[in-house]
Amino acid sequence: WVELLLRVVVSARTYADFTPQATFDIKKCDLHKLEEGPPVQAVLTREEGLQYYRTMQIMRRMELKADQLYKQKIIRGFCHLYDGQEACAVGIEAGINLTDHLITAYRAHGYTLTRGGTVREIMAELTGRRGGIAKGKGGSMHMYAKNFYGGNGIVGAQVPLGAGVALACKYQGKNELCVCLYGDGAANQGQIFETYNMASLWKLPCIFICENNRYGMGTSVERAAASTDYYKRGDFIPGLRVDGMDILCVREATKFAADHCRSGKGPIIMELQTYRYHGHSMSDPGISYRTREEIQEVRSKSDPISMLKDRMLNNNMASVEELKEIDVEVRKEIEDAAQFATTDPEPPLEDLCNHIFHNEPPLEVRGTNPWVKLKSVS
Amino acid sequence: MDKIRNEQIRGTVKVEQFGDKAREARLRWFGRVLRRNRGYIGQRMLEMELPGRRRRGRPQRRFMDVVKVDMEMVGVKVEEAVDRARWRQMIHCDFQLLQVTVRDALNQAMDEELERDERVFLLGEEVAQYDGAYKVSRGLWKKYGDKRIIDTPISEMGFAGIAVGAAMAGLRPICEFMTFNFSMQAIDQVINSAAKTCYMSAGLQAVPIVFRGPNGASAGVAAQHSQCFAAWYGHCPGLKVVSPWNSEDARGLLKSAIRDDNPVVVLENELMYGVAFEVSEQGLSKDFTIPIGKAKVERPGNHVTLVSHSRMVGHCLDAAAVLAKEGIECEVINLRTIRPLDVETIEASVVKTNHLITVEGGWPQFGVGAEICARIMEGPAFNYLDAPVIRVTGVDIPMPYAKILEDNSTPQIKDIIFSVKKTLNM
Repeated sequence: WVELLLRVVVSARTYADFTPQATFDIKKCDLHKLEEGPPVQAVLTREEGLQYYRTMQIMRRMELKADQLYKQKIIRGFCHLYDGQEACAVGIEAGINLTDHLITAYRAHGYTLTRGGTVREIMAELTGRRGGIAKGKGGSMHMYAKNFYGGNGIVGAQVPLGAGVALACKYQGKNELCVCLYGDGAANQGQIFETYNMASLWKLPCIFICENNRYGMGTSVERAAASTDYYKRGDFIPGLRVDGMDILCVREATKFAADHCRSGKGPIIMELQTYRYHGHSMSDPGISYRTREEIQEVRSKSDPISMLKDRMLNNNMASVEELKEIDVEVRKEIEDAAQFATTDPEPPLEDLCNHIFHNEPPLEVRGTNPWVKLKSVS
Repeated sequence: MDKIRNEQIRGTVKVEQFGDKAREARLRWFGRVLRRNRGYIGQRMLEMELPGRRRRGRPQRRFMDVVKVDMEMVGVKVEEAVDRARWRQMIHCDFQLLQVTVRDALNQAMDEELERDERVFLLGEEVAQYDGAYKVSRGLWKKYGDKRIIDTPISEMGFAGIAVGAAMAGLRPICEFMTFNFSMQAIDQVINSAAKTCYMSAGLQAVPIVFRGPNGASAGVAAQHSQCFAAWYGHCPGLKVVSPWNSEDARGLLKSAIRDDNPVVVLENELMYGVAFEVSEQGLSKDFTIPIGKAKVERPGNHVTLVSHSRMVGHCLDAAAVLAKEGIECEVINLRTIRPLDVETIEASVVKTNHLITVEGGWPQFGVGAEICARIMEGPAFNYLDAPVIRVTGVDIPMPYAKILEDNSTPQIKDIIFSVKKTLNM
C-alpha cells in the first residue's frame, strides 16, 4: 500500500507545477543555396514533449521487441531496425500534417507508426499474420497506410515514386506535399538525380530527405560517395543539413522545408545526420565495419530519447515518475502487441491469390501444377 | 494549324462523301427507270440519240457514260436492277465504315479518355510539343496543355517512377515509352513498383497506370531498337498486357487499359501506325471498349488454327487468303491480350480444326508461342491435336540491319504457309 500512497502523492502534485512550455536552442543548420535557414530556437510545450517522448519510446521498444522476436525466429526474412533514428520519424511527422504524403525505403517500421499504423498491426505484419497491416502479404518492407506509400524494397526506387506523389499533389491542387526519404547508400542511385531534375523543372512540392546514418549496409559514406555533403547533391535544389538526433531540430527544419514547398518554390533537400544502433538488418551484427565504442558513444551522448528526456526534466516540464509511468505503459503496449503478433493465426490459404488486381471480377490463377486451380478476388 | 482529316469530320457527324451519295442517287434512279415498263419514256431517253449536229470538241459525257462507270465502281450489272431490294442494298454507300489508321485510333482513344476523366494525363518523351515521336499524341498538347500532356527529359527510370507514384496518389497516368526497348531502363518501376504493389499491400494500394509505346521489330532500326517484350511483361503477375493489331483493337484496348484500375502494358507496333482499317460505327463510339483477356476470331476456318498477336495477325490473314485458293481454310485468332491469355478461345478452335500454329514476331525461347503450347498440352484440347503445335517465330538472333537479313529475321507469309502445309502433311 506504500506504492499506492506514493502514486496518490504523485498525482496530487498538480500539473500547474510543471512548466507549460520552454524555448530551446537548437543547432544551426548548414545551408545550400538558401539565404536563411530554420530558426535556431524551438518552442516545446509540455503536451508536445510528452507526446514525442511516448511515440519515440514506443518506436524504440517496438524495434527492440522485433529484434527479440527475430532471434527467436518468429520473424523471418529481412528486418531493418530503426532504433537510434526515432527523432527523424517523429520530428518529420511533427513538421507536416497527416494529410501530407510520405514514402520511404525498407527501414520503415517507424514511419508506419507515425503515419497511423498501430503497433499491433505492424508487429503482426512482421510475424506474417492475418492481423498484419498488409494482411501478412507484405512483411517488414511492404507496409502501407493512408498517405503512406511504403515500405519499398528496391533501393532508390521510392524517390521517383515520391516525386510522382508530389506531382499528384500539385495536379490536384490541395496544397499537400510529399516527404520522400532515402538513405546515404541510396543517395548515389542514378534515378534520384533524374528525379531531382524533374522535380526541380516542374517545381514539385517534394521534400527529399536523406537519412544519413553514416553507413550504407557495410560501406561507410567515405567509401561510397565522392561527395558526402548529401544536402548539396541536389545541386540546383536548395538543401539543409540537420542534426537528426535532436527532434526539435528535425521538426523545425521540416516546418521550414514544408513552407518552402507549399509556397510553390519547388523541391528542397534535407540531410538528417542520424545513427542506427543495430546493423543494417538483423543478419548484420553491425560491428564489422564500425567499433562498439562508436556505437556506445552515440548512445551515451546523442540518444534522441535521452536528449528529450533531459531537456524536459531540466526544465521542469515533467517528472521522473511521470516519464517512468509512460515507460511502463509503453512496455505493456508492446508486450500486448507482441502477444497478439505471436498468437494471431497466419493468413488463410484461400487468401494466397487474392489482391493481385484492384476492382477486378474474380479470376482463376494457376497453381503449382496444372490441376491446382486457385481463385483470386480483389 | 490543326490537321483534321475530312474522313474524321464526316465520321463524327456521320455523313457520307458527297460524290458517293450522288452516285447512290444516280444508280437508285437508274434502277427505278429500268424496272418500269418497256415503253417508259425514261428508258427511251437513256439510249436516245439527239438529232442535229454536236458542237466541236470532245463528245459530252452523257448520263449513261457516268452510270456505266458508277456500276463498275460499285460492282453491279444492269441485269441486277430487276431485284429492287438487292439493287438498293448493293448501291448503298455506307458511311458507317470509316477508314481510320491505327495512329489516329490511338490518338482518338487518348483524346476521348482525357476528356472523360480529369485524372487522366499523358507523360513521356516528346509527347507534348513534338506531337509524339511517332505522332500518336498529335494535337493533344494543344488541346489540353502543359498540365495534362507532359514532356519529360530523357529519364525513363525517373519518369516511369514518377508516373507510378502519381498513380498511387490517385491520378491515372499514361506513361509513354518511345519504344519498349527503352522500358528496360525503367523495368524495375513497371514490375516492382507498379505490378506487385496491389498484392504486397493486400489490396490497400492500387496503381491505375498505363504503359504504352511501340514494341517489336520496326524497319532498319537494328538490334537495340527491335526487341519484342510480350514474353517479358507477359511473365509477371499483377500486370495486364495487351497487343492490338488493327485500329478497332487499338481504340478499344487502349480505352479499356486507361479505364482499368490496374497496371496495363499496351504493346503497339510502329509499322502498324500508318495502316488504315475500317472501323464500325460502334467502334467509333466514345464508350467503345474491348474487354482485356478476350481473343477474337478474325477469320473462321476448319482445317488449321493460326494464333497470333499484333502485326503478325495481318500476315496470318494474308497467308489464309493464299491457302484458301488451295482449299485450305485457316481459322485466324487475334489474341488481342497477352496476359491474361484467352486459352479457351484457342482450345475451342483446336477442338474444331485439330491443328495449331502460333505466329509471333518475338524470339522463340520462353515466348508467347511456348506458353500457348504448354497451356494447350495441359488442357482438354491436347486430345484433339492431330499433330504437335508449331511455333512460327522471329529468328533467334539480335535483329540485323541489312534489309535482306532483316527481312529474313521475322516470320514471312511464306513461313506461315509452309508451316500450315507441314502440319497438314501436304
